[in-house]
Amino acid sequence: MKVTVNGKVIDYSGDPQMPILWFVRDELGMTGTKFGCGMALCGACTVHLDGQAIRSCVTPMSVAADKSITTIEGLGSEGEHALQKAWKTHNVPQCGYCQSGQIMQAASFLSQNPNPSDSEIETAMTGNICRCGTYTRIRAAIKTAAEDLA
Amino acid sequence: MSAPFNPSRRRFLTASAQTSGLLLTLNLLPAAQLMAQADEGEGFMPNLFVAIDSDGTVTVTCHRSEMGQQIRTSIAQIIADELEADWDKVVIKQATGDPVYGDQNTDGSRSVRRNLTRLRQAGAAARQLLRQAAAHTWGVPVDQCEAINHVVTHQPSGRSMGYGELAQTAASQTLPDPEGIPLKTRDQWRYIGKAVQSVDIDNVVHGKAVYGFDVQLPDMQVAVIARPPVLFGTVRRLNDEAARAVAGVTDVIRMPALEAPALFKALGGVAVLAGNSWAAIKGRDALEIEWRNGSNARYNSDDYMQQMLATSRKSGEVAREHGDVDEALENAAQRITAEYTVPHLSQAPMEPPAAAARVSADSAEIWACTQTPQSTRREVARALGMEESQVTVNVTMLGGAFGRKSKPDFSVEAALLAKQSGKPVKVLWTREDDIRFGYFHSVSAQRVEAGLDADGKTVAWLHRTVFPTISSTFDASQTYPSAGELRLGFADNPFDIPNMRLEKGQAKAHVRIGWLRSVANVYHAFAVQSFAHELAVAAKRDPKDYLLELIGAPRHIDLPGAGVEYDNYGDSLRTYPIDTGRLANVVRIVAERAGWDAKRAQGRKLGIAVHRSFLTYVATVVEVEVDERGSWRIPEVYVAIDAGTVVNTDHVKAQCEGGSIYGLSCAIGQITATDGVIDQGNFNDYLVTRINQAPGSIDVHIVESDAAPAGVGEPSTPPFAPALCNALYEATGQRIRELPVPLRLSLS
Repeated sequence: MKVTVNGKVIDYSGDPQMPILWFVRDELGMTGTKFGCGMALCGACTVHLDGQAIRSCVTPMSVAADKSITTIEGLGSEGEHALQKAWKTHNVPQCGYCQSGQIMQAASFLSQNPNPSDSEIETAMTGNICRCGTYTRIRAAIKTAAEDLA
Repeated sequence: MSAPFNPSRRRFLTASAQTSGLLLTLNLLPAAQLMAQADEGEGFMPNLFVAIDSDGTVTVTCHRSEMGQQIRTSIAQIIADELEADWDKVVIKQATGDPVYGDQNTDGSRSVRRNLTRLRQAGAAARQLLRQAAAHTWGVPVDQCEAINHVVTHQPSGRSMGYGELAQTAASQTLPDPEGIPLKTRDQWRYIGKAVQSVDIDNVVHGKAVYGFDVQLPDMQVAVIARPPVLFGTVRRLNDEAARAVAGVTDVIRMPALEAPALFKALGGVAVLAGNSWAAIKGRDALEIEWRNGSNARYNSDDYMQQMLATSRKSGEVAREHGDVDEALENAAQRITAEYTVPHLSQAPMEPPAAAARVSADSAEIWACTQTPQSTRREVARALGMEESQVTVNVTMLGGAFGRKSKPDFSVEAALLAKQSGKPVKVLWTREDDIRFGYFHSVSAQRVEAGLDADGKTVAWLHRTVFPTISSTFDASQTYPSAGELRLGFADNPFDIPNMRLEKGQAKAHVRIGWLRSVANVYHAFAVQSFAHELAVAAKRDPKDYLLELIGAPRHIDLPGAGVEYDNYGDSLRTYPIDTGRLANVVRIVAERAGWDAKRAQGRKLGIAVHRSFLTYVATVVEVEVDERGSWRIPEVYVAIDAGTVVNTDHVKAQCEGGSIYGLSCAIGQITATDGVIDQGNFNDYLVTRINQAPGSIDVHIVESDAAPAGVGEPSTPPFAPALCNALYEATGQRIRELPVPLRLSLS
């Protein structure tokens, strides 16, 4: 099967059941996408599949055939994404481990809802856990990015 | 070439010529006090390094682990400030595990408090050497040479040279007595006390930061381990046929069985090695193992809690006493009793434990997300039968830690497997591994009884604490709380009550017990600060006013003078007294910021709590709103922190925001056991705070202070749960004495 990762077409002949997470991390060596729970409970592994946020820890490679995967390494390929800038403006990260998942989730969300309300942000981000507790800054940064993109 | 220095003085700093510049070695004092049995070795003369290259690059070696507190940034800020370095020319190098660096165990909220002065002196000494080098070059007096922002200028002539140009000459200068070099005054600080941005933020937002989970080595195998479900259980029978048949699986290896004490040894079980993570996980799923569970299979946490409560109802061993509590209770106008329980918790950092190892006949190298590279080195050396000098421990970024990664057991697993398989091995812990096989935050039962006089003043206080001790992890015969745990919010009770007795009770551990952010402060602050609120209610007083009355007049509490075993977080009481004035001050500040006395929006209520831990004073006000179905949310939180001198204001704010949310997680999460097996396994049954439960806003006020720097990473966690439960009482009349707090209260 063929799969596009961050704009590059790749031939994949491995286990079709292998979650996308382990393919990008172990096979492609792109470790920005994180393992957090393995059960789609925490969002640390979030990537885009044809622009939609998915949990790569439970999505098998077979689903990605002829589709396009974007990881944190490929976000904002033409410079920095507005969310990455906003994350820096608000100094969101603490340990940083969950933040690629948070940013990927927020990027997909903002592309569908460019002008979200507070409660819409909360609903969209509820699946992404941050144990350092950066939530108040995540909310603020998403709003800043939304204004920046408007 | 070593710079001469007066050998009669304590060895502190040495300078030597590198090939391309100045290498300044800073010898630090040995750690004043060890945190626990498990802590780093003692008696060494540790040091740090500042290097200046001929191109002007300043390399700061960070000997503390980065787990979200931005210590890599703070350490660089401190050195760069006194060095008068241009921030853009500072790079940070992460130290490997080595006693030459001094204490590296990144726990106990002590990275800044134990290093601020020494690192300032190191920066100032380097700056002085650069000034001397310029004076030497120009043949002018040193005091005419000013070093500002990476440039030394001769004031009368206006000549100037950059730090890089001077580095070589500086290395041959006579080292000044570091204690004789004047440090900057506060108004001269360029970086200290400012919100300097994290040096790692770019890597983080682009997914380039490398954590333990991310380590890749040539020819590396990934291992996941099936561990005994019950502590000290062993493999009775193994069928690994199906596991070996999984494509990608390269080996199945039996781990050595674990014998008590647990220490930092591998837990035992069966490891599956594979060429990639997915194959290793699938291979482990395919193992057929029959376990021999052993005596800990009797552990049922519900029954255990009842036993602990029964213990708390009987007299225990006295840890602190003054006045005559029994008589005062007897004569009290009103007697109030309450029992508080807190379950086991799991640290559950977003990155579960992970370590990679490469082992040859005469050396080993580890890459790990460890808080403690020195004990990692020691334990790996022990497990491999090597000298510590043969083991190198590389510290990656830590995807959260909260105490879990101060235990090097996962590095030991990787080392054993790399040795046995003959290939580099990375051990990954899945989330289930992390939650079921951790070093759990201790489970706690406490009973508090107080007597109030006719005016509602508290005149007697009897508090008993019962919990299995962390010491049991290191010595299975230990059943009493240690002095090191009692000082965490129990023995250091700050209330001014004429009759007080504090007692400890026995409990035997059946799981590995370990440190979790702020440790025993979590349950002690919950009981003490909840009970303070209960007393205010009984006395029909405003809870904030009553809390201030309990704290009493500004004074320094002298526990050792009262015969109490108390080590004050390893620092002196002279520098860091238990100061009830500062404690009361944060209460007043937080109340004012929260608008304690003002009218609130319909249905919103406030709760307050205050706690001193890690030498820092934190008061928290939580605002709750409870709907008619009993669901609650937290619109606002206010935190006032007095941590003495702070290095980075934004980091302190972030730690208070995160520490509060961690405190909320401590209030809603629980780990239980049935027949010795942990019942929870992932974020579906181990609840942690999500964004929809997080406070709408967190206002953090940092008290401006010239006092010595105190802890920052942990102290905002303990007051959160009692402040929350006090607010919920105000909103519902329902007193929560048993954690976890249900996400929906059953309203009668």
